[in-house]
Amino acid sequence: MTLIVNVVGLLLILGIIWWFWIAKPKSRLVESKGEFIDIIVENGVYSPAAIKTGSGEPINLRFIRKDASPCAEKVLFNSLGKTWDLSLGKATYVQFDALDKGVYEFTCQMGMYRGRLIIE
Amino acid sequence: MIGAKEFAHMNRDDTYRLSIGGMSCAGCVSSVEAALSAVPGVSKAEVNFADHTAQVSGKTSVKQLVAAVSQAGYEAAVLENEDDESEKERLERQHYQTLMRKTIVAMAVGVPLFITGILGMHPMVSEGRLIWAGVSILTLFVLWFSGAQFYRGAIKSFKAHNANMDTLIALGTGTAWLYSTILIMFPSLVVESAQHVYYEAAVIIIALINLGSLLEMRARGKTSEAIKRLIGLQAKTARVVREGKELDIPIADVGLNETLRVRPGEKIPVDGEIIEGSSHVDESMLTGEPVPVGKSQGDQVVGGTINGSGSFLFVAKKIGKETALAQIIEMVRSAQNSKPAIGRLADKISSVFVPTVLIIAVLTFIAWFNLGPDPVVSFALVTTMTVLIIACPCALGLATPISIMVGVGKAAEFGVLIRNGEALQTAGTLDTIVLDKTGTITEGKPRLTSVVHAAEWDEDTLIQMAASVETGSEHPLAQAIVQRAETMNLSLSKTKEFKALAGHGVEAQLENGKWVLLGNAKLMAKKSVDLEDFEYAAQGMAERGQTPMYIAVDGKIAGILSVSDPIKLDSKGAIQRMQRMGIRVVMLTGDNAATAKAVAEQVGVDEFIADVLPQHKSEKITALQQKGHKVGMVGDGINDAPALAQADVGFAIGTGTDVAIESANITLMRGSLDGVPDAISVSKATVANIKQNLFGAFIYNSLGIPIAAGILYPVIGLLLNPIIAGAAMAMSSFTVVSNANRLRLFKPETT
Repeated sequence: MTLIVNVVGLLLILGIIWWFWIAKPKSRLVESKGEFIDIIVENGVYSPAAIKTGSGEPINLRFIRKDASPCAEKVLFNSLGKTWDLSLGKATYVQFDALDKGVYEFTCQMGMYRGRLIIE
Repeated sequence: MIGAKEFAHMNRDDTYRLSIGGMSCAGCVSSVEAALSAVPGVSKAEVNFADHTAQVSGKTSVKQLVAAVSQAGYEAAVLENEDDESEKERLERQHYQTLMRKTIVAMAVGVPLFITGILGMHPMVSEGRLIWAGVSILTLFVLWFSGAQFYRGAIKSFKAHNANMDTLIALGTGTAWLYSTILIMFPSLVVESAQHVYYEAAVIIIALINLGSLLEMRARGKTSEAIKRLIGLQAKTARVVREGKELDIPIADVGLNETLRVRPGEKIPVDGEIIEGSSHVDESMLTGEPVPVGKSQGDQVVGGTINGSGSFLFVAKKIGKETALAQIIEMVRSAQNSKPAIGRLADKISSVFVPTVLIIAVLTFIAWFNLGPDPVVSFALVTTMTVLIIACPCALGLATPISIMVGVGKAAEFGVLIRNGEALQTAGTLDTIVLDKTGTITEGKPRLTSVVHAAEWDEDTLIQMAASVETGSEHPLAQAIVQRAETMNLSLSKTKEFKALAGHGVEAQLENGKWVLLGNAKLMAKKSVDLEDFEYAAQGMAERGQTPMYIAVDGKIAGILSVSDPIKLDSKGAIQRMQRMGIRVVMLTGDNAATAKAVAEQVGVDEFIADVLPQHKSEKITALQQKGHKVGMVGDGINDAPALAQADVGFAIGTGTDVAIESANITLMRGSLDGVPDAISVSKATVANIKQNLFGAFIYNSLGIPIAAGILYPVIGLLLNPIIAGAAMAMSSFTVVSNANRLRLFKPETT
C-alpha cells in the first residue's frame, strides 16, 4: 500500500511538472492576419490564450469579459505598458499597430489569467 | 472549440454613436456614410443630418471610425453611452448579491454541521451511514450552489495547462467531499479511528472564501474613490442652443461645435471657447488654483469646472473622451493599472506559484503517509487539504497593483498626475531636484517693474519708444514692455530698419527719425554707448533678481527699463520642504549669473547654474546623473522636454488643462512647486505600503504553507484545521486591500 501511494505520488508530481510547465499547449493557438480575434474572459482563463500573428500585421483583439469577479476586470500588457479595463458583457477593443517579433504576455492584475501574443 | 453561445457573441455587432462636425449640407451625409462604411468591419453606417450624428454598427474601433471621418474632411467625436458606468455598477451590485447568497447558503449548512461535530453529536460513520448519505447529498448541492465557479474555473484552467486560485480551492474542498463520500460507501477502507468525514470543512471553506471575496469587493470599491471623484466632476446635462431655442440635453448628446449656454453657478459641460458673455470660473477641482479665473469672449473653458456669477455662451470644441477631464481620468486610470519594477518579482513567483503548491501538497501527503502517526490516512489527508487551502497567490499578486492604484489616485487629489507606476516608485528615491527658473520657480510672466531715466527724458516716453521698437517681438521680456505700454494707452510709432541682434537686443529707427537701441550691456559696448552712472543702477536691479535693459537714443544713454519675473508665492516654501526631505535643490536658468543668484537667494537655493542655453539643459542633467545622483527635473514641458526626458523623473509644470505632457513622467496640474514634494511623499508612502503588502504576503505564504503541512507537529504538536486555513486565506486578500486603503488617509506635510 505504502509503495503504491509513493509511486502514485511521485507520478503525480511528474505529471504536474509536465502538464503545467513542459507541455505548454500549442493546440489552442489562434492565428491572425489582422482580423479581429475574440478573447473570452471567463472561469480564470482567456480563450484563446495564445494568439499568433506575423510581424507587420496589426493586432486586433476583442476581449469579452463574462467573469464578474474583480479578478477579471483588467487586462495588462506589462511589457508594452498598456492596460485596459474590461467591462462586463461588453467587448473591449485592444489594438496595436504592428509589433516587433517576440512573445508578449497579457495577464490580469494578479497574473492568474494568462495569455500570450506571439509575433513571428 | 468555440461554443455556440460564444459564437453568437462573436457575431454580434457593436454599435457606436459619433458626433459629426463640419457637415454643411445634406449632400455631406452620403460622403460621411461612404467613409464610415469603408472602414473594415463596419456593417452599417447611418448619418443623421438633423442632429449631426452617425450610428455605426460592426466590429471595428472608434479610432478607425474617427480617422475615416476626418480623412473625408469632417470632424468626428464619439458620443459616450451615458449608462456605461451605471451599467457597470449594476452588474457589480448583482455580483455582490450573488456572492452574498452563496455565502449565506454555505454558512447555513456548514455552521450547524461544524457545531454539532464539536459537541460530539455526529454519529459514527459506520453506524449512521444513511444520515451521512443525506449530508453528502446536501453538501454536494451546497458546493454546487455556492462554489460552482471554483470548480468550473479549475477545470477550464487545467485544460489550458494553467492553474490558479480556483484550482487550489476546488482541489482542497473537492478532496474533502470525495474522501468523505468514499468513506461512507466503503467504511472498511480505513481503520475505525480514521473514519472521520470532512463535509463541514468543505462547505465552510467555500463560505469563507466567498465571504473573503465580498469583503475584498467592498474594500476595492474604496480604492477607486479618486477616479470616482473625477468622474463625478462631469456634468450630467448641458443647455444647448439649437435653432434659437435653449434646451437641456444629456451631456452624451452634445455635439461638436454646438453652442452651449452656461448659467451662473452651473458646471461647464465640455471644453470650448466663449463666444458671448463673461464670467469668473472656479477651476480649483482640476488645477488646485483656489482663485476663480476671469473668462470672456475668446477664452477657453474646461468641462467639469464651475461657472461663477456670470453667464455666457460657448462653442463645444472637445466632447466625450477628448475633453481635458476625460483625459485626466484616462491618464489616472492607466497609471493606476501599471506595475513598477518592485512588483515584478511577485509576478514571477505567482506565475509558478500554484503548480508549486500542488507539488508541495503531494509531498505533504507522501511524507505523512510514510512517516506520520496512525491513522496515517487522516493525517495525510487533513494536512494536504490544509496546504491547498491556505496557499494564497492572490495576496501576492495583488500586493503591488492595489497600492499603486490608491497611491496614484491620492496624488491626483493633490493635482499631481503620475504617468505610470515606475515614475511613482522612482520619485521617492530622488536625491537631487533640478528646477528650471522661468515659469517654474517664477511665474513665467515677466512684468516691467522699474524705469530709470536720464534727466532729459521721462518714463512714459522711454516706455513708448521701447514698446514701439519691440512691437511684434515674441520675446517674453519684449512682451512685458509692450503690455505695459498697452495698459498705459500709449500710442506706438512705426519703425524702420528694425534689426534684432541675438543675445544682445534690438535696434530700430522711429518715425520721428530717432535711432533707438534697446538691450544689454554687450549691445551698448558694441555700439560704443557710454553707460555713465546707469551701470550701477543696473547692477543693483540685477542683484534684486530683475533683468535690466538699457535704452539709448541717437547713440546716447537714455535710461534703463527693468523687467522682472515675479517669484511664485509658494516656491520658497516648496523648496524648503524638499530641502527638509534631504534633497539637494539646483536651479537651472538661461538668465545671467547676477539675476540667477538673486532669485536663488530669494528662494533659498544654494546651488544654481546660469547662462545655460535651452539645448544644453539635458547635458547638465546627464552630468549630475553621472556623479551617481538620482535626478528629478522640473520644467515647463515644452522648452525643457529633452531635460525632462533625460531626468530619472521629469515633472512638468502644467497650466491646468494641458494634462498629457508627453515628455514628463509627472504633471503638476496646479502649476505650484508644492506638487514636487507632494509627489515624493506620496511615492515614499506608496512604496512603503507595497513593501508591507509584499512582505505580508510572502511571510503569510512562506510560514503558512509549512505550518499547514504540519512541520510544527513533531516539535509542538501543532496541526492546522482546514477551516482555520480557509479563514486565513479568505482574509489575506482582504488584508492586503485594506492595508492599501490606509494610503487614502495619507496627507503630505505642508509648510
